Amino acid sequence: MSFWTRHQIFEKNSIILIAGILVVIAIGGLVEITPLFYLKSTIEVVDGVRPYTPLELAGRNIYVREGCYLCHSQMVRPLRDEIERYGHFSLAAESMYDHPFQWGSKRTGPDLARVGAKYSDEWHVTHLTNPRAIVPQSVMPGYPFLAQTEVDTAVVADNLKASRIVGVPYSDEQIKNAVADLKAQADPDSVGTDAFGKRYPKAVIRNFDSKAGAPTEMDALVAYLQMLGTLVDFKLYNEKANLR
Amino acid sequence: MQQTQSTKWMTHGEAGLMLFFAMAAFVCAFAAAKALDAPFAFHASLAAVASGVASFAIMNRYLDRPASLPPEEISGKPNYNLGPIKFASFMAMFWGIAGFAVGLLIASQLAWPLLNLDLPWTSFGRLRPLHTSAVIFAFGGNVLIATSFYVVQRTCRTRLVGDLAPWFVVLGYNFFIVIAGTGYLLGVTQSKEYAEPEWYADLWLTIVWVVYLVVFVMTLVKRKEPHIFVANWFYLAFIVTIAVLHLGNNLALPVSLLGSKSYIAWAGVQDAMFQWWYGHNAVGFFLTAGFLAIMYYFIPKRAERPVYSYRLSIIHFWSLIFLYIWAGPHHLHYTALPDWTQTLGMTFSVILWMPSWGGMINGLMTLSGAWDKLRTDPVLRMLVVSVAFYGMSTFEGPLMSIKVVNSLSHYTDWTIGHVHSGALGWVGFVSFGALYCLVPWLWGRKELYSLKLVNWHFWISTIGIVLYISAMWVSGILQGLMWRAYTSLGFLEYSFIETVEAMHPFYVIRAAGGALFLIGALIMAYNLWMTVRASEADVGTELALQSAE
Repeated sequence: MSFWTRHQIFEKNSIILIAGILVVIAIGGLVEITPLFYLKSTIEVVDGVRPYTPLELAGRNIYVREGCYLCHSQMVRPLRDEIERYGHFSLAAESMYDHPFQWGSKRTGPDLARVGAKYSDEWHVTHLTNPRAIVPQSVMPGYPFLAQTEVDTAVVADNLKASRIVGVPYSDEQIKNAVADLKAQADPDSVGTDAFGKRYPKAVIRNFDSKAGAPTEMDALVAYLQMLGTLVDFKLYNEKANLR
Repeated sequence: MQQTQSTKWMTHGEAGLMLFFAMAAFVCAFAAAKALDAPFAFHASLAAVASGVASFAIMNRYLDRPASLPPEEISGKPNYNLGPIKFASFMAMFWGIAGFAVGLLIASQLAWPLLNLDLPWTSFGRLRPLHTSAVIFAFGGNVLIATSFYVVQRTCRTRLVGDLAPWFVVLGYNFFIVIAGTGYLLGVTQSKEYAEPEWYADLWLTIVWVVYLVVFVMTLVKRKEPHIFVANWFYLAFIVTIAVLHLGNNLALPVSLLGSKSYIAWAGVQDAMFQWWYGHNAVGFFLTAGFLAIMYYFIPKRAERPVYSYRLSIIHFWSLIFLYIWAGPHHLHYTALPDWTQTLGMTFSVILWMPSWGGMINGLMTLSGAWDKLRTDPVLRMLVVSVAFYGMSTFEGPLMSIKVVNSLSHYTDWTIGHVHSGALGWVGFVSFGALYCLVPWLWGRKELYSLKLVNWHFWISTIGIVLYISAMWVSGILQGLMWRAYTSLGFLEYSFIETVEAMHPFYVIRAAGGALFLIGALIMAYNLWMTVRASEADVGTELALQSAE
């Protein structure tokens, strides 16, 4: 029986055809995806990477909501020009708590993986409100409404809780104090800053939008942008140990 | 169901679905009242209204219909179910024009940023997923559902399975589109490219898709032909694989069952791999396998020639679906994805060139002995040129998946140009060709209202595509080169914003190309509308045509 005659079993039986399709399409995915969950070399061992603070997470959710990832990547490639333009190439460890990842696929605007601490808060607030006030040739949309919208605090703790279930190591204490921590991070004069600092060491506490009152979406987004790429200290990072 | 019986009963399907939708209406109304965020409340209200209308419509349809359901056969000929196909064809044209128009708008926003208006729901970031979903899933999806339901009936010589099920598929799918599209405008997205809809829209799509699969497979099972026609293999691979990809990539945990936000189960590097395993195979199975099925039915049909080589179709089918799945990592070259995965992805992407061109050859060579028809039949020309575009973009794809080429092309407009040579040239033209064939067949017209207008559509759109993709090639390669340009002293030559400024003329040309493509589609919509409205004199041929095969 030739190959072509044998093939008739698929042509004459729809269920066998489905089974054949399933087997054939399963192989590539299984080979490429499953090892990423158990090969230890997939994610580097580094110090400093921590879960997002409640305010940063709220900012990240705004980043997702506004579709920023459609024009900005967060993935510096190990190419000479990118390292000189943006900084150290991105590590897998730096996005290990990102649900979902924000590596992006297009740079209509510049990469943001290391934008944190590059510009002042004021620069970001002005730029987000009206990008062309700072960069006349920019094609970025303006987001003036962020400064006028308060962060929705009703879902903050639930966001942390859901993140924990999918694998982000938030502690019970961090979840319990989520709203207080969110407010404390945007208000350096508040009483909660010490407790916040203990729960999220090295996290920046500032009034990001420099406006009094409850934290706005502008506070949250700027807090997120200002921490991007700042968690790993590359002076201490052991590149050789993580060669793969 | 006996035809002579005079007492009328609801079928299990009618009663069950009516009850289901009645209950769904209450559940959704409750969810709308208790919703945690405004978009979720809006979507739950939409779902409540839609469920109520569905329940009412099922009752109404039952009251209006004769005691027995439509017969399987009328005087020995299969009684094909064309209603849902007509609806999906109409929706395809509607969403196509909407999607192209939004595309033109966002292309213009990149050239003239003031068009963003600084409002949340008019900014590029929210409109871009609206554009991609409208053209891929709304336009493309409706074309695929319409043609698959048509082809599976014709090639199996049997009526589509189910009474309400095919309607459930087309209406349910378009409801998913409405939820997804309005969600984007309201900022509801999980930020996974081409899989942006949130968890509840994904769940609904899963239900619709399973019913789609069941209807398609059960129709195959009761076929009157010994062999399953090659187009149906491709449709089946498309339906099955999209289901697998959809479930894998969208596995998410809702923050609350009464809110729109969810968190994806995967994180960072694994999530990136899942995303592009999905993303590239949305191209491979939605935009390729599904539309290859269209090629395998509509080109032979329109050219009145058999498929060039049956054996080549067998090789084409299995090698294409086996190889495509591996290609995802080429979207992640030089990223934090491990090198071994990138190398595998690149290797298989390059190999993928072979089955792609095998399929192209199979499609093009089907015209052997009928090449003269390209001069006289603009519909066939559209179909054939689509296959030529397929060949071009499946040559470009493997090229761009080579790591060194990708180091230049990635993150630039070259990718956008590549996608659109495939999307406008291949998917767009093969869909237009299929709809130009399908509409006269469905409405029982001898021919289209005007072949001359098809000719106009063809040339206007072709010029549009050429403008579009050449503008993006130039801007993409230019930007890639500017990013890595150094001065003689070893400094980066250009700041980022200088590269943005350099894109402006090409963004204007791209928008002009998009405008031409939209104009072509408007001409098509007019032509199809006039075809459907054709004089009563032509309508009499409906039955004759249906039984002609």
